[in-house]
Parts: sequence; structure tokens; C-alpha cells
Amino acid sequence: MKINIIVFGQLYDMTKVAQFTINEVDNTEQLTQKIMERFPLLSEFKFSMAVNKKIVHGNTILNNEDIVALLPAFSGG
Amino acid sequence: MGNKERYARQILLDEFGEAAQEKLLSAKVLVIGAGGLGCPALQYLVAAGVGNIGIVDFDVVDLTNLHRQVIYSMEDIGEFKALAAAQKLNALNPEIQIHSFNLQLTNKNALELISGYDLVLDGSDNFATRYLVNDTCVLLDKPLVYGAVLRFEGQVGVFNMEDNLTKYKTNYRDLFPEPPNSSLTISCNEIGVIGVLPGIIGTMQALEAIKIITGIGQPLCNKIISYNALNNLFYDFEVMPSNISTKLFPTTELEILNFNYDWFCNSIGIQISIDEFDTLRTNEKVTIIDIREKDELPYIDEFSHINIPLSEIETCISQISFENKIVVFCNSGARSFKALNTINKIRPNCISYSLKGGIEEWKKKNTRKIN
Repeated sequence: MKINIIVFGQLYDMTKVAQFTINEVDNTEQLTQKIMERFPLLSEFKFSMAVNKKIVHGNTILNNEDIVALLPAFSGG
Repeated sequence: MGNKERYARQILLDEFGEAAQEKLLSAKVLVIGAGGLGCPALQYLVAAGVGNIGIVDFDVVDLTNLHRQVIYSMEDIGEFKALAAAQKLNALNPEIQIHSFNLQLTNKNALELISGYDLVLDGSDNFATRYLVNDTCVLLDKPLVYGAVLRFEGQVGVFNMEDNLTKYKTNYRDLFPEPPNSSLTISCNEIGVIGVLPGIIGTMQALEAIKIITGIGQPLCNKIISYNALNNLFYDFEVMPSNISTKLFPTTELEILNFNYDWFCNSIGIQISIDEFDTLRTNEKVTIIDIREKDELPYIDEFSHINIPLSEIETCISQISFENKIVVFCNSGARSFKALNTINKIRPNCISYSLKGGIEEWKKKNTRKIN
């Protein structure tokens, strides 16, 4: 089970990589936990999560090779 | 229709034609913010012949604006943006109506302002305005064309408009139910933005507005596009309705009037320094809460306060009457900072602070003052 993660906006400052993979997770809650273990600085940020381009709310089941995008809010105009 | 020749090249389009041009001429669009996003959007909306355009901005033109807000010139520096922009836009197309609102959009004026328009284009530069614009558009059922930029990245999308396929409407709170923590909120002023980027996102917003008004193509309803200018990557997100977003969501006129947007966007977890605290408690009505357990030292009798231990705060706080401002303290400032989240949830309309450094720091400083 492999999940591909893409980060957007200021989240990149915390991960220093635009994309990475996380293995062996079944849902977005487990995924978030593993992401935070790998990039503890991310835990201070709020961001929305999209699974295969759909914004998800609450814990969501993941499948092998899903693409999860982490999108922070920014307000510049 | 006035001068058709002006719009000849778009009327020529099969999908557009005279019918679409008529729709534009009778449309009313409110542009919030005449900055990086608002200016390019305004220029194209005016040029395209949107018949009635409102511009809301309270800021003045600054030299640091000119690399991206290219409607302005050197001679506009120090001038109000809403007025300077209107002057340039009138020169571009005198056949349409342009109204300048030289003011800050607040929950006191948003409902009245937005109700006069068919569609809102948000080019604001702060979260408080973004949530206010969103909530007002939801209440008044107005389509909202959203755009935001930072550094080399931009987002554009359309909220509060049903798409033909799914038949649901989403809004900004379905995408971002809560604003980021204030300490992590960074703006273009602090972190920068490449000048061309708001030009790209702002003109995309203008195009979405034109598509919505004229009914051509597929507007970005329930969708956000993220654009990265450095690597030319576009990524789209489908926004789904969420019941999370309804929790803190003011849904009536009165609730919007009473909703503290500045607090919601800036002070979730706000800290107050010892000096600020002393000024606040001597000059204003404020409820001060000691959230330490009942037997904890040092004992405080220098100012009046109530004691609600952190463990009981959730059950006790709803039973007590409060001033509009609350300061919570503990020994170091750590527990009180945590308590803010609970207090903010139960008392969303109060402005609550955590005493930075806690009461130990306050004691130290005030002992020094006396000596």
C-alpha cells in the first residue's frame, strides 16, 4: 500500500520536498499521523486534504497509489 | 447597447455574440480589494463591458504595490486605491458605471454593499475579509469568484454556485473551515509575491466572472485550481460540501453582524504580554480567569479574578456571565494557552487572551515595578 503525497504553499517550507510517499496506511487519519511523524513541523499548520483531487472531510479510506494533496489556505491578494 | 464597436471582437465569437454582451452590460459586479488581484480583474471586467462595477478598498497606493498593481502610476502614490482605480477605469471605458467605495468592508456594511450586486469577486488580502465575504455571499446567495496568491502560487475558484452535474453549492468554509493560526499567517507584505502572478490569477477571476454572467463554458463551480508559477503546474481540487463548516458559520444577518471576524482569523490562541494585560485590566471591562487548580501558588489578590481549573472549564464556562474580553492565566502561560481553544469554542463572540509568561512572570515584573 503506497500513497503519494503532494504539498502546496507554505507546507513546502516544512517538508522541503514537493512530493513524497507514505506506505502502509489504510485511511487519512493514519496517513496524517505518519506524515506528522516524518515532518513534525507540519503539525503546527492547518491544511485541507484532497484524495485523488477531491477535498475530504473527516477520516477517509485510502487505496493503493492514491494521490493525496495537502493544501494550506493563504490570503494574499 | 452603446458603442458596439468596442466589443466587436468578443461579439464575433459564436459562443458569445450580442446576447452575451447584453448580459455583461446589465450585470453588476462588486470587486473587493483594488490590489494585486482586484486591479487586473477590474481592468478586464471594465474593458469587457460589465455595466455596473463596484470597487471596495480603503488603502492608498504605495510604491511597493506598483510591481503588481499595474493600473497605478507613480503619480497615484498616496492616493486612495478605490478612487485612483476608478479614474483609470473610467478613462478605459466611460460607457459603464463605476462606483468607488472608499472604505473597509466590515460585518456592519457587507450585507448592504453586497446585496446591491449580482456577483462578488474577492481580491482581498486577509482572512477576516475572506470569511466575511464568503459568509455574506452564502447568506445573500451570490456567486463568489475567489482568488488568492502567495509567493509563486495562486488559487482560483468559484463558490456558492451550483454546478450542473452535482447540483450542490460549496463555499470557502467547505475548503478551509478555519483560518490558519495567526502566528503562522503570512502575507505578501511579509513573504512576497512575484508580480505577474496576481495578474494571472486576477484575470482568471475576471474570466470566471464573465463566464458566470454570460453563461458560456463551465465556470469553476465547486472547484479550486492551484497554479504554481515556478514549474507551470496546474492542480485542480473538487470541493465537497462539509457539515464541519457549519459549526462556526454565521447563517443569519444578525449572526454575521455579531460574528467577530478579526478574532476568528487572528486571535485563536492569542497571547497578551504582561504590559498589555495591565493596560487592558485597568482601562477596560475584562473577565480574568485563573485556570490553575484551587490550591496552586502564587496566590493572587492584586486584581479581581475568578478561578476555574482547566479540568472544569468546559462545564463551568457556559454557566458564568462574562465581559466581552477574557484573559486566562496559569503559572507559565502554557495551560492557559490550551484553555483558549475551549473558551473560544464555547464563547465564540468573546475576545480571549492567554497571559504570556503566566502569573509567575507577572509577579516578577510587578515586584520589580514596586521596587
